[in-house]
Amino acid sequence: MARLAIDPVTRVGGHLRIEVEVADGSVRDAWSSGTAFRGMELILPGRDPRDAWLFAERICGASTTVHALASVRAVENALGTRIPRNARLLRNLVAGAQYLTDHVVHFYHLHALDWVDVVDALRADPAGASKLARSMSDWPLSSPAYFGEVRDRIARFVETGRTGPFANGYWGHPAYRLPPELNLVIVAHYLEALTWQRTFSRFLVLVGGKNPHPQAFVVGGMAAAPPWGGPAQNRAGEHPPVDQKAPVALSEEGLADMAALLAEARTFVDQVYVPDAMAIAGSYRDWAAIGGGIGNYLSYGEFPEDDADGSTLLLPRGRVMGRGMSLVEPVDQGGVAETVAHSHYAYEGDDGVLRHPLNGRTEPAYGGPELPFTTLEGSDKYSWLKAPRYQEAPMEVGPLARMLVAYAEGRADVGVVLERAMAALGLGPEGLFSTLGRVIARALEAEVVAGQLERWLTDLRATIAGGDLALVDLSRWDPAGWPREASGWSLGEAPGGALGHWVRIRDQVIETYQVVDPNTWNGSPRDASGRRGAWEEALVGTPLADPARPLEILRTVHSFDPCTACAAHAFGPGAGGTVGIGSAERAAR
Amino acid sequence: MTRLDDGLYAALLRRGVSRRSFIRFSAAMAAALALPASYAPRIARAVATAPRLPVVWLRGQDCAGNTTAFLHASEPTVSELVLDLLSVDYHETLMAPAGDAATLSLAGTMEQHPDGYLAIVEGAIPLAAGGVYCTVGGRAFSEVVREVCSGAIATIAVGSCAFDGGSPAARGGPTGAVGVAQLVPDAQLVNLPGCPMNVENLTATIVHYLTFEEFPLTDARRRPFFAYGGLIHNQCERRAHFEFGEFVLSWGDEAAQKGWCLYKVGCKGPEAFANCPTERYAAGTSWPVKAGHGCVGCTMPGFWDAMSPFYRRLPAPVPLVPTVTVDNVGQALVGGVAVVTVAHGAASYVRSRRVRAAERREALSAEAAVAAGDEAEAAFPAGEPSSPGSDDAPTVEAG
Repeated sequence: MARLAIDPVTRVGGHLRIEVEVADGSVRDAWSSGTAFRGMELILPGRDPRDAWLFAERICGASTTVHALASVRAVENALGTRIPRNARLLRNLVAGAQYLTDHVVHFYHLHALDWVDVVDALRADPAGASKLARSMSDWPLSSPAYFGEVRDRIARFVETGRTGPFANGYWGHPAYRLPPELNLVIVAHYLEALTWQRTFSRFLVLVGGKNPHPQAFVVGGMAAAPPWGGPAQNRAGEHPPVDQKAPVALSEEGLADMAALLAEARTFVDQVYVPDAMAIAGSYRDWAAIGGGIGNYLSYGEFPEDDADGSTLLLPRGRVMGRGMSLVEPVDQGGVAETVAHSHYAYEGDDGVLRHPLNGRTEPAYGGPELPFTTLEGSDKYSWLKAPRYQEAPMEVGPLARMLVAYAEGRADVGVVLERAMAALGLGPEGLFSTLGRVIARALEAEVVAGQLERWLTDLRATIAGGDLALVDLSRWDPAGWPREASGWSLGEAPGGALGHWVRIRDQVIETYQVVDPNTWNGSPRDASGRRGAWEEALVGTPLADPARPLEILRTVHSFDPCTACAAHAFGPGAGGTVGIGSAERAAR
Repeated sequence: MTRLDDGLYAALLRRGVSRRSFIRFSAAMAAALALPASYAPRIARAVATAPRLPVVWLRGQDCAGNTTAFLHASEPTVSELVLDLLSVDYHETLMAPAGDAATLSLAGTMEQHPDGYLAIVEGAIPLAAGGVYCTVGGRAFSEVVREVCSGAIATIAVGSCAFDGGSPAARGGPTGAVGVAQLVPDAQLVNLPGCPMNVENLTATIVHYLTFEEFPLTDARRRPFFAYGGLIHNQCERRAHFEFGEFVLSWGDEAAQKGWCLYKVGCKGPEAFANCPTERYAAGTSWPVKAGHGCVGCTMPGFWDAMSPFYRRLPAPVPLVPTVTVDNVGQALVGGVAVVTVAHGAASYVRSRRVRAAERREALSAEAAVAAGDEAEAAFPAGEPSSPGSDDAPTVEAG
C-alpha cells in the first residue's frame, strides 16, 4: 500500500495535514493531523471572565462571533445571568447571519472547486449557460450576454498565464463531471458570492462595529443600545445623534438597513446557493454513497426561541446513533469527554483516559516526528487536535447532524425541505449519510435559517417599538456579588457544528477554560481504542483516480467545512475539583 | 478631477470598472493616505497601468481573521480591480491546489519572480520547541517565513499576531509566538496591526507602493503614519461628550442610548493609535465605539495584556503634567493630543515633501519623522495599566 500525504490541505481554516494509505484505487486508511497550536486555554486563566469572549472570539476569524457567543453564554451560565429578550433576538440574528455567511462562502470559495472545473467553463456556450441558469431559478443575472462576459473575463485571465489562486489546480481531472455550461454558471456565482459576502458583512459591522471580530457582546447581553427614546420616536431635537454619517444598528434606519440585507441574503440563498448545490448534487449522485463515515450524529441545538430558560430551540438538541433515524437520543454536557492518546498533549498518568472538560488537564507535549518530516508514519501522537467522544463514541457534527436530528425528531420545516430535495435528486433518505449529504444539508439549512432571520428581526423591532429598550442584564456584572467559586458552560451550534465552552471561575478570575470545537469532533485523531475521528472514517473507501492529484480526498474533507484553527486548543492547567452542581442544574442550555 | 485619457479609460473598462467608481476609489485612496486630492489622477494612472503584483500570503498561528477582512474589502468593483491587480499566487485559504501542488505554486512564484513579489504574513510565528507549534508541509512555519521574506520586495504583516505575536503571545501562551519583525528583523517590512487589520489600510498601502514605488512612511514600529499616526480618542465622534463630562456609566443606560463617551466603561481610545474612527469598516458603515462598545486598543503592542482588563477604566493619564487630576483630565488629554498632532503633522509634512520632491527624497529626514513617531507613542505609553481604575472618581467637569 502506498502512503500519501496532503499538506497543506488548502481551502480550510488553520493548518491541516491528511495522510492516507491507498490500494487498488481507493483509500484504505486515513490520519487527520492538525499541525498548529496557539494555546488559548492556557492564556485565559487568571483573567476577568467578562473579558473571555474577546479572547475566545479570536479562536476563529472565519466563523467570527461563534466563540464569542459561546463564551458569554458560558460565563452567564456560571454567574446565573438571564439575558433580556432583545439580546436573545439580536444574538440569534448575529449567529444566524454568520450561518449564512459561512455556508455560502464555504460552498463557493472553499468547496466548489472540488466539483467545478474552472478551465472547462471556457468551453461553455453562453446561450446554453443562460438557458440552464434560467431553468434552475429566477435569479436575474442570467442572460447569454452576462455569461459571455464572465467567460471572456476568465479567458483573459487564463491567457495571461498567471492564474493566481487557480494555478496548479486539478483542472481536467477525470473526476470532474459537470457540463461546461454548469461549470460556467457556478464560476459566475463564485464571483457573485464574493461580492455578496462583502455586502452582507455590513450586517455584523452594524451590530458590532467591525467584521470579523465585532465588539457586539457583553456578559449579560449586547453592547448596542437603541437611540435615546427608542428608534421610532423622533427626539433628535433634544439629543441629536453625534454621528450624522451613518445610522446606529438599532435606530429606525439601522434596523431597516439590516432588514434589507437579510432580504437580499435570503434571495441569494434561495435563488443562487440552493439551486447550485442541487445542480452539483444532481451531477454527482454517486457521492451519495461515498464518505459516510461514522454514522453517529450529534447536535447541541441552536437558536433559543424562549426567554424563560432558552430550552426551546429552533434546531433541536439530540443524537442519532448508528444512522438509526427512528430514535433521537438525549444529549447532556456531562457525556462529553476528551482523550489525548494520539494527540500532542500529556495527561498526568494515562493519556488514554477520557476527561470531562471541567476536569480536563493538559500540557502540550509534541510527540510527532522531528522537523522537517515527510510522514507521520511511526508517530503514535500525530495531531494538535484532541479526540472528543460522547459517552466514548466518536461523533460527526455539523449541518448534516443538525438536519438529521431535526428530521428524526419530526420537525416539519426541516422534513419538508429534506424530502423535497432528496425526491428531486431521485435519492432515498439514506443518501444523506454521505459526502453529498453534507453539501445538501448545509444548503438546506441555510434556506431554513434565512427564513427565520427576518422573523427575529421583526420581533426585535416590535419589542423595541413597544418601549422595551433593554439589551443587557447587569444584575451579575459586578464581581463583588459573585460567589467565590462558580462553573458554567454553554452548548450551542457554530455553523461548523456542536460547540461547547466550559469555564470555572474562582475569586473573580478564570480558573480554567475549555473549548470543545466542532472541528475537534470532526477532525479528531484516533482515541485509545483506535477508533478514528469523523474525517478519518469518512475517507476510508473514498475512490482515488490519480493519487498524485487527490481531488476526491479534498471533496470528502471539505464537505465537513474544516477549520483546524478552531479545533486545536489546550485545557487550562487548573486542578480538578468539585463540579458546581448548582450551575449544572441551572444549565438548561 | 482630471479627465482620464482614453487609453487609461479603455484599460479600466477591460477590467470591468466604471470610470466613476474608479475616480471615487482614487480620491478615497488619496484621502486615506492623507495626500492632497490632486494626487488622485496619479494614483488612478498607476493603479490602472501597473502589472499584476505577485503575492504570497502566508498564514501561521492565525484565525483567518485578516483573510476574512481581505475578502471584505469595500467598494466592490474597485476592490475586484485591486484583486485583479494582484496575482494571489499562494494563499492557503483561497487556492485551488493542495498538498504538493500547492507547494509547487509557492516554489513557482518564488522562482518566476526574481525581481520579487509581495509577501503578506498573517498570524504569529511560534519559535518554542523548535517550531513544532506550527508546521506547513512538515516544515516549521518560521522556516517558511524566513525563506519567503528573503525573496520578497517587501513584507506586509497583517493583524496583531504577525505584528508582535498577538494573542498566542499573550500572558500564559506557551508557544514562543513572535511577529515578523522579531523573526526577520532585516526584512523590508510594513506592519498593519489590528485584530484584524482594517483592510482599507492594506489596500491603501499597496496602492501607495504602486503609485510611488515605495511604501508609505512608517513609525519606529514600522506602522504607516497615515493609518496609525492619530489617536483614536482625538478622532472619535463621541469626543465632545468626554470634554463635557458626559459618560456612559453602565451598559444600556440612558447615556449609552444617547451615544455618550465610553471612557468610564473601559474604552481604550485614549491610548490607541489607529484610523478606525475615520476610515471605519465596511465602506464607512461603523466602528466599535460607534456600535456601542469601547475600543480595546487592538492596534497597540501587546494589547491583550497591556489593555486588559478591557472593562476597567484607564487610569487618569498623568505622565506629562504632575498637577493633572481627574478633574482636569480632559484638558490634560487635549495637551497630550496636541503633542501627538504636532508629531503627526511633522510626519505628514515630511511625507508630502517626499512626494513633491522625489529627487530630494533621500535628503529628507525620515529619521526625524521616526523620532516624532516615538515621541507620539511616548506620550501615551501602552504599558500595563498600573492602578486599578477608580470607578468612583468624580465626573469630569465641563471646561
